[in-house]
Amino acid sequence: MKIFKKTILTVLASLLIVGNVYASDKIRIGTEGAYPPWNSKDASGKLIGFEVELAYSLCRYIGRQCEVVEQDWDGMIPALQMRKFDAIMAGMSITDERKKVITFSQGYADEVASLAVMKGSSLEGMNTPASISLSQPNGDAKKALKTITKALTGKTVCTQTGTIHQNFLESGDVGKVNVRTYKTQDEVNLDLTSGRCDVALAAAVAFTDYAEKSGKSVVIVGPTFSGGAFGNGVGVGLRQASQLGGTLGARDAELLKAFNKAIDQAKKDGVISRLAIKHFGFDASM
Amino acid sequence: MDIVLMASSLPKLLSAAVITLKLLSLSLFFGIFIGLIFAILRLNKNPMINQFAYGYSYVFRGTPLLVQIFIIYYGLGQIEYFRSTFFWVIFKEPYWCAIIAFALNTGAYTSEILRSAFQTIKPGVIEAGKSLGISKKIIFYKIQIPVAIRQSLPAYGNEIILMMKGTSLASTVTLMDITGVAKHIVSTTYKPLEVFLMAGGIYLFMTFLIHKSIKYLEKKYSFQQ
Repeated sequence: MKIFKKTILTVLASLLIVGNVYASDKIRIGTEGAYPPWNSKDASGKLIGFEVELAYSLCRYIGRQCEVVEQDWDGMIPALQMRKFDAIMAGMSITDERKKVITFSQGYADEVASLAVMKGSSLEGMNTPASISLSQPNGDAKKALKTITKALTGKTVCTQTGTIHQNFLESGDVGKVNVRTYKTQDEVNLDLTSGRCDVALAAAVAFTDYAEKSGKSVVIVGPTFSGGAFGNGVGVGLRQASQLGGTLGARDAELLKAFNKAIDQAKKDGVISRLAIKHFGFDASM
Repeated sequence: MDIVLMASSLPKLLSAAVITLKLLSLSLFFGIFIGLIFAILRLNKNPMINQFAYGYSYVFRGTPLLVQIFIIYYGLGQIEYFRSTFFWVIFKEPYWCAIIAFALNTGAYTSEILRSAFQTIKPGVIEAGKSLGISKKIIFYKIQIPVAIRQSLPAYGNEIILMMKGTSLASTVTLMDITGVAKHIVSTTYKPLEVFLMAGGIYLFMTFLIHKSIKYLEKKYSFQQ
């Protein structure tokens, strides 16, 4: 029994030591590396994309060294809380649900979501406005949601796990949808082209990027969505300082201030607009 | 520790256990037939036949189950011609893709288990049958197969447990088994520790039940009466 206790203590102690190694001076920023053009990897495995470049620019404004690290999307928030890294920049929209567990900097870019189908689908030519906002849906938006509800009936709708898109599909705004969730957007794209998915929902740019790179005839249908379940733009995800008082908590609070200031400056200098045009083809800065 | 979350996730995880059990039982059902056929082919004297059977088990035991599922699910789905064939009706469904992958995989292991069981049957047992004038066919069905199955029970019990744990990979092809539902709960609560502990507990309990049943069967069909 004594040995048993000793073993457990040793294991716990070593875990603590491993945990503390990460508390170095570099800001570690987690990204998915699988959501182009927001963040992705090149052929050699190097992280690239809008957010990776933006992360390094923000760190220059903050005046500290940075390291962008890769983390699977479904473990992103838990990994932040376990201090595997200090900030999330992974196309993560600012939503009330996420704000319960983490905090966000001000938004640095805005993304709209849209539905996509393969060319020839019955959903093509849906009669809806070009864009709808769910924050305070007006008559047109409500009508559009009804049209979409009807169009999605009996269809398999695919999306990535743990995203605003999944939340929207499960919110009841478009009725009871047959949702299938995937670990990555890549897999959603694969099953959209194979025909296992009738429709997919993601950031509009994720589909245009895929269509362009793969040459598959993926078509965006219906309106673009924003507001409501889709949150208020994309920001840097950070730990809530209140979760942990003391030095670590103070450091997290400081980081939030530093990121907000850096984003202000980057916006003023036009850095965010420039990077957005480079990666998205249009100015997605907020 | 969020005890409330653990309690509220339990019913969802338990109803997902039904999917896990369905996947497991169907895979094992098909896997036993595949295993038995390939074990018999392995013992065939014709080198073409036994090398083919060896190749099958070598490929499926030598590659990760996750890779096999991905090839069957995402890989085949990318071939346009394949999608126009009748097979697509089955392969379109993640459920059947998972069962096909699991059955082929467990079939390979089962064939090895049964083959070694056949080979450990003492020649004297078969000779005793022959000396009584029993035909080769009846010796095979009434002596060799039952003895081989009894011999392979402990190893096969292990295989069932491995396969049961392997079914968690079904969640990678969108199926809502125990792991799939656990991931879904984590994606909205961000509390992996609580939810995966509960999921792990259910798997452990299933292992316990399988282990006990195999032990019971081993005792029941023991040679030492």
